[in-house]
Amino acid sequence: MYDLIVIGGGPAGLAAAYSAWENGLRKILILERDRELGGILNQCIHNGFGVKTFGEALSGPEYASRFEDMVASTEIEAKTDTMVLDISPDRTVHAINPKDGYVSFQAKSVILAMGCRERTRGAISIPGTRPSGVFSAGTAQRYMNIDGFMVGKRVVILGSGDIGLIMARRLTLEGAKVLACVEVMPHSSGLRANIARCLNDFDIPLMLSHTVTDIHGDKRITGVTVSAVDDHMVPIPGTEQEFECDTLLLSVGLVPENELTKSAGIDLDPRTRGAVVYENRETTMDGVFACGNVLHVHDLVDFVSEEATFAGKAAAEYVLNGDKGENYYSVKTSGGVTYTVPQRIHKGLGEEKINLYLRVNRTLPKAEIVVKRDGEELARFRKTHLAPGEMQSVVFTGDLLETAGSSDEIEVALEV
Amino acid sequence: MEYDVIIIGCGVTGAAAAYMLSKYRLNVAVLEAENDVAIGTSKANSAIIHAGYDPVPGTLMARLNVEGNKLVGEISEQLHVPISHCGSLVIAFSDSELEHLKKLYDRGIKNGVPELYLLDREETLKEEPNLSEEVCGSLYAKTASVISPWDLTLAMAEVAVKNGTDLFLNTKVNAITKEDGIFTVTAENGNTFKGKYIVNAAGVYSDVVHEMIGEKEFTVNPTKGEYCLLDKSEGTRVKHVIFQCPNELGKGVLVGPTVHGNLIVGPNAEPGTGRDDKANTSKALDFVKKTALRSVPSISFRENIRNFAGVRANTEFDEFLIGESKTVKGFLNLAGIKSPGLTASPAIGKYACELLETMGLELVEKDDFDNTREVIRFKELGAEEKNDLIKKDPRYGRVICRCETVTEGEIVASLHEVIPARSIAGVKRRCNAGMGRCQGGFCSPRVAAIIARELGIDETEIMEDRAESYVLIGKLKEGTNNV
Amino acid sequence: METKKMTCLECPRGCQLEINVDTLEVTGNTCPRGEAFAKAEITNPLRVLTTTVRINSKTEVMLPVRTQTGMPKAKMFDAMEVIKGVRVNAPIFVGDVVVSDLCGTGVDLIATKNVRE
Repeated sequence: MYDLIVIGGGPAGLAAAYSAWENGLRKILILERDRELGGILNQCIHNGFGVKTFGEALSGPEYASRFEDMVASTEIEAKTDTMVLDISPDRTVHAINPKDGYVSFQAKSVILAMGCRERTRGAISIPGTRPSGVFSAGTAQRYMNIDGFMVGKRVVILGSGDIGLIMARRLTLEGAKVLACVEVMPHSSGLRANIARCLNDFDIPLMLSHTVTDIHGDKRITGVTVSAVDDHMVPIPGTEQEFECDTLLLSVGLVPENELTKSAGIDLDPRTRGAVVYENRETTMDGVFACGNVLHVHDLVDFVSEEATFAGKAAAEYVLNGDKGENYYSVKTSGGVTYTVPQRIHKGLGEEKINLYLRVNRTLPKAEIVVKRDGEELARFRKTHLAPGEMQSVVFTGDLLETAGSSDEIEVALEV
Repeated sequence: MEYDVIIIGCGVTGAAAAYMLSKYRLNVAVLEAENDVAIGTSKANSAIIHAGYDPVPGTLMARLNVEGNKLVGEISEQLHVPISHCGSLVIAFSDSELEHLKKLYDRGIKNGVPELYLLDREETLKEEPNLSEEVCGSLYAKTASVISPWDLTLAMAEVAVKNGTDLFLNTKVNAITKEDGIFTVTAENGNTFKGKYIVNAAGVYSDVVHEMIGEKEFTVNPTKGEYCLLDKSEGTRVKHVIFQCPNELGKGVLVGPTVHGNLIVGPNAEPGTGRDDKANTSKALDFVKKTALRSVPSISFRENIRNFAGVRANTEFDEFLIGESKTVKGFLNLAGIKSPGLTASPAIGKYACELLETMGLELVEKDDFDNTREVIRFKELGAEEKNDLIKKDPRYGRVICRCETVTEGEIVASLHEVIPARSIAGVKRRCNAGMGRCQGGFCSPRVAAIIARELGIDETEIMEDRAESYVLIGKLKEGTNNV
Repeated sequence: METKKMTCLECPRGCQLEINVDTLEVTGNTCPRGEAFAKAEITNPLRVLTTTVRINSKTEVMLPVRTQTGMPKAKMFDAMEVIKGVRVNAPIFVGDVVVSDLCGTGVDLIATKNVRE
């Protein structure tokens, strides 16, 4: 019987396992489907990771290796090349790998850290033919950075998410011509530094309020049609431009990978597409926690590590001290807050700190995030430079919620 | 080598003809223009095994549909082709459509379709609670099924090959001549094939192939149909295939579960720009989505994972065009195979044998016909079977496609089958790797590496699907990345 | 008089800066860090170059590498030409120097992954 099984050995899983160890658990097992730990960080060879966690800008593999070293300094077990097929309600984890065959492990607690996947051409229904040479940005990144292959010479990138921007620079440095980065929204969802360093440095045009409306080519892609879109993101006839290219990269968003969560019967939040969790990142299934991109898509790995640390600590507390019960406040959002994590906060937390992550629905130079109960204000946090692409974080203590009102609902609102 | 029969085209029709002919002591060749079987209309359709109430009674189409429905069921069981006997509902939204259902019911009875039922509104909604509130009745056909159409094609073609049929891929027919009762077929790649009989199963090109030697008898009017394929999260939105009442545009937009557990929505029917126009258009996709929502208002198109289009080999005749060419003796056309062509295919194959016999071909059954096919689908095994398999071959313990739980063992097997996969899509069609919600985002680089390893080729030679659909342009940092 | 526009990357505020290329006069900044940022961008823009090199190893074909600190932006493509010909052997560890004094910049190219065998 394990104290804890962590599903996924990427940044979330590693940090969660280490945190659980630090908080007193001893029999911990990480199950990783890939051949090595580190997850997607292994292919993110660009730098900029860890500024918050380590105070320096590291590459993805470097950031991962720091956590791998931390885990290696403990007696945490890790099985790579191991795919989890199912989790039973009694926290039996069923998995396979080439060495052990079909195996079942029982655990006192489980942390879900399976990460996310990229949205595809199908998810946004791009019309046109279906030739080769259309890659999601992460797939192209893997082909280049891990496998050492070049994916194309003349490239159009749809979507200005960070992976797309990073790949624009990566392809350019390896000799490809990146013709344009096309973004359907009037603003980029990528970090400003990435726009400057990956597009502007190489004179790659960023076409805002544009999208790909047709794909050409029978075998390999030969070109795309790009059109301007109106305020409702509908293509405007007559604005078509043709680009001759042999590659189209898609960087059109990430989706938490929760099929295992779903089949285990854990409640999901349709807004985050991740599990509904309490402030300790416990899901609606007893003793099962979630953190990182499987819970909600983060923009910085440093926040993934931070959240995983909460989950690891909470799993340790669960195993050592027992359940926190099901007496909770539900967190509602209003006024432009698109979601919060957690969605539930246990009652009676006293001085315990609650880290609440949230996103807003628009770009604002400054605004205030207000926590209320029965309409009465409990706390107010001043924030500057808010954007949908940048997660916000507020911290307060449990007893703050007891200072006014009587409702079981806590409201988190955006006030401009 | 002189063949008894040369089949042109290895879609589901050609494969069925090859399968049925392989039971006899004959030398048969199948010539396929593409680099794999089932790459045209056979892989891009609604994947439905129709019950048989649609075709006009007395037609060849009606007979072969009903017979085919039964045969497909038998073949699927025998050759491990995934099939789901989910049944279908044609739903009506008005009294006049209810009248039409009655007509379809009567047709079905005349065609010999078993287990057909007219359901009232309440019964219909009980069967399918997610249907529109406006539905006022339905025709329930219990014998309708959904299938993997490329797997059916593959299964029949594989058994044919196992029993001595020669399959030539990448062999596009350019010319056909006949001298002293022997046909010579010349392919674009320069190879020639001699044979006593020709079976034309060239799908959307069947008129072109026929006219290489015969006089015009029919014209293919390629008609494009576009589809949406949704994630398994939408796969239980309906239990049966849901048709709307057919109209002048065909059987209309359907909503149905796929045999793999996804939801399929489509098709429309538009002429398109030619035989090879398989491009999706936003207009058609919008139409398909809007029309489907009329049947099932709660479909979440946010869960769309892929769009595709197929081309129907319609002709000016509302009937299968099966028979000996009027101007070329020994040349058998299996043309105009539109819906319900997939359903009818094994019956067409069987009928082709009968016709060839009347045309003079001698059919003597083999004693050693091997009507079997081994397929391992790891996901479908029980825990103990999974464990045993991994102990025997550890490659079954490594999941490569996480969305569909496909193991390295299955991918390797697909590369060494009777008709082996040679492309990433070829692997996908054989073992489902890359068919799921991430559409190969995670697994395609891993599948490419396995293909390269198993076939001893460079990864830069690997095709996504058809010939020349290369995936990678070169190796990094070996001097090949110069623009 | 030539001016250049840029977004300041020193803090999340992201001031829109404008700098006179001849006089190095900066406008649009709200703090001294913005002025320094713009001047450096014109006189000697530095970038951390991240890429890969071939590796002889049992487990990997590519080794991720980066420059230890920022290198002159103008020399990035020259550096890529040099890096193209480099092949290293496992074992190699994070921080190991792969190319020292890359293109005469005085900056080292270092490994950013542990490859043990």
